Amino acid sequence: MRRAYFKNNWIAAALVLPQLLIIFVFFYWPTSQAVFWSLTFEQPWGGGNDWAGLHHFRELLSDSLYWQSVRVSLVYAAGTTVLGMGLALILALFVDRQLRGYRQYRVGMIWPYAVAAPAIGLAFRYIFNPTAGVMAYVNQVWDGIWDPILTGWHAMAMIVIAGAWKNIAYNFIFFLAGLQSIPRSLIEASAMDGSGVMRRMRDIQLPLLTPTFFFILVINITDSFTDSFGIVDTMTNGGPARATNLMVYKIYVDGFEGQNYSSAAAQSVILMVLVILLTFVQFRYIERRVHYS
Amino acid sequence: MKATFISAFAVAAVLGGAAQAQDKITFEYWYGLSGYLGDVVQKTCDRFNAAQDTYEIHCVGQEGYANAVQNTIAAFRAGQHPTIVQSFDAGTPDLMMSGQFYPVYEMMADYDIDIDWTDYFPGISNYYATSKGDMVAMPFNSSTAVMYYNIDDLAAAGWNRPPETWEEFEQILNDLDAVQPDHCHYGYSPSSWVDLEQFSMAHGIPVATRNNGYDGTDAEYVFNTTLHAKHMENQLRWYKEGLAEIKTTQGGLNTRDAFAQNICSFYFGSIAGHAGVHATAVEGLNWDVAMLPVYEGTERKNTVVGGAALWVLAGKSEDEYRGAAEYLKFLATPDSALFWSTNTGYIPVTLSGYQKMMDEGFYDKAPYKGREVAIESLTYTPVTPLTRGLRLGGFMQTRKEWTAEMEAAFAGQKPMQEALDVAAERSNKVLRNFERTYKGKTFP
Repeated sequence: MRRAYFKNNWIAAALVLPQLLIIFVFFYWPTSQAVFWSLTFEQPWGGGNDWAGLHHFRELLSDSLYWQSVRVSLVYAAGTTVLGMGLALILALFVDRQLRGYRQYRVGMIWPYAVAAPAIGLAFRYIFNPTAGVMAYVNQVWDGIWDPILTGWHAMAMIVIAGAWKNIAYNFIFFLAGLQSIPRSLIEASAMDGSGVMRRMRDIQLPLLTPTFFFILVINITDSFTDSFGIVDTMTNGGPARATNLMVYKIYVDGFEGQNYSSAAAQSVILMVLVILLTFVQFRYIERRVHYS
Repeated sequence: MKATFISAFAVAAVLGGAAQAQDKITFEYWYGLSGYLGDVVQKTCDRFNAAQDTYEIHCVGQEGYANAVQNTIAAFRAGQHPTIVQSFDAGTPDLMMSGQFYPVYEMMADYDIDIDWTDYFPGISNYYATSKGDMVAMPFNSSTAVMYYNIDDLAAAGWNRPPETWEEFEQILNDLDAVQPDHCHYGYSPSSWVDLEQFSMAHGIPVATRNNGYDGTDAEYVFNTTLHAKHMENQLRWYKEGLAEIKTTQGGLNTRDAFAQNICSFYFGSIAGHAGVHATAVEGLNWDVAMLPVYEGTERKNTVVGGAALWVLAGKSEDEYRGAAEYLKFLATPDSALFWSTNTGYIPVTLSGYQKMMDEGFYDKAPYKGREVAIESLTYTPVTPLTRGLRLGGFMQTRKEWTAEMEAAFAGQKPMQEALDVAAERSNKVLRNFERTYKGKTFP
């Protein structure tokens, strides 16, 4: 294959420069700053910082409650990803079958992605409210069965549902696009050979959907680690008793509310490493099972 | 995180640019109060701008105390900070230690503005004063914790006065339970400010060693060993016995709203909620406020101030400082104090301001009647070494640790004593980190 290239490297560099500059200013510079803070005792108002070495990392990694935060983050990531992807896939498969009213249905499915996380949090806070919301009716029938105010796993279930609900729309768009790019002829041929709906899904649509599936998986997991803040902040504040104290929320609380900048920076670094690792693992081991054509 | 930083920067840059276009000397003030109270802050700014034409203050609401401090720090690091910032009580030690401010006692002296510093209530001034007694920040919205009670409910249970001791309080809860078993008696939500800080002040017991940190950054928390532990055990028991109910915003109604809507008979909270209860109370709610109860056998002490103070930050021009000094002077006039206290539930911070309001019969009539209880509580005894306030670094984190552990105890995950021990242990780590961060420094 013939490759096109610039003869003049300076022009190429000049064209790339704005992009590189943006990446440097908005990614590398803040990241290096966070790494630097994590290795020092940073005074919140400026005015000097002492070298701390790995002190903050040692403190965090020996803190059982920090590991608890990692644990609930993983539970949240797994919960929202499985729920969000599972439901989105089912919905996309149905829309793809072009059942009656699927156009309106498709638009309706895409909307929720445009809703901001705190707004979702507020809406679900009402729905799951044990005394005033929709769940209050359930509580009237079985007294005290739903109590996210004091019961940790209820609160966790609540934010998982809210987080998954937000992702469903996004996942749905991609799944539907993936399904629609599968040649109709394949499905029709299979139908003529006598295979039913379920069989066609299992043998043709799902295998051909794996690249989309993989992409969505990476995005969902990364998203659940970094973009869960708004939901936790409006729905639970990390409580009750730290049951929903996700890593990203803990960074906010320790750093911005507690003004412990160095520990928060160390937590950001750990979170960054964790997300990089997870993405690496996914590319290394899961991508092998992906068929691109 | 970076977005906050950048937006704060952008806002500051835009406002700064706009300000330069005018002839008046302009300066900025960032405040944390939001909603109705934020609107009243804005009105104080409008009043100042209308009262003179040399200076113009730009007041920018930051939606919450924590946000105001966070955004100011971000702006400060970029050199785009406001001249004045409103910082809440728990942030005092951190700001004090930073040294990045212009102490108000110094500023007022530098600009020849005469302020009678002894006029401030000791329970307020000590919170914001150096070890020598010089005030580094200007107390602004000041409150203290009080007990809100429903007069009719108490009467139904045979009590024609509020409880003075916690023993009486428990008795009343039981009496209420006998006459109106389906009613919520005590709307509760763990609050470090009420249950730990104000409680310890009223009982004259330490929250931490070294006189609550005033004598050095090497203080250690001891609240898990004091009467506070017994008090929390009692509150937990009341909850388990069905005498108290948890009421939180996340749960639909917070303690104050539950009280105002006649759902609960008691709640403890800031006197600043007084106006709010009035505004939202259901028709015919017959209620009043009283000082926090104390345990039998304790000699009641003064409580301390909550709320926020105004700090003048370092690195501004002389003109801006002169404007800031004029604004603070304007706020300290009895007229402004009256305006502020009338429109909010906050109390006047000076004796003369209080005197003026007493003389005018402010507290005799509803809806303001009852607010004088806060002053009574703040000035109940002369300030002792243990009731000056708290000088404990990273106290916002300590509040969080305490609350999380109390939630664990109320959810039945662990015994109360264990929860308190863990809270104290983790809070001590916060103190050690603070001590290490400001190694070799002492509070001014």
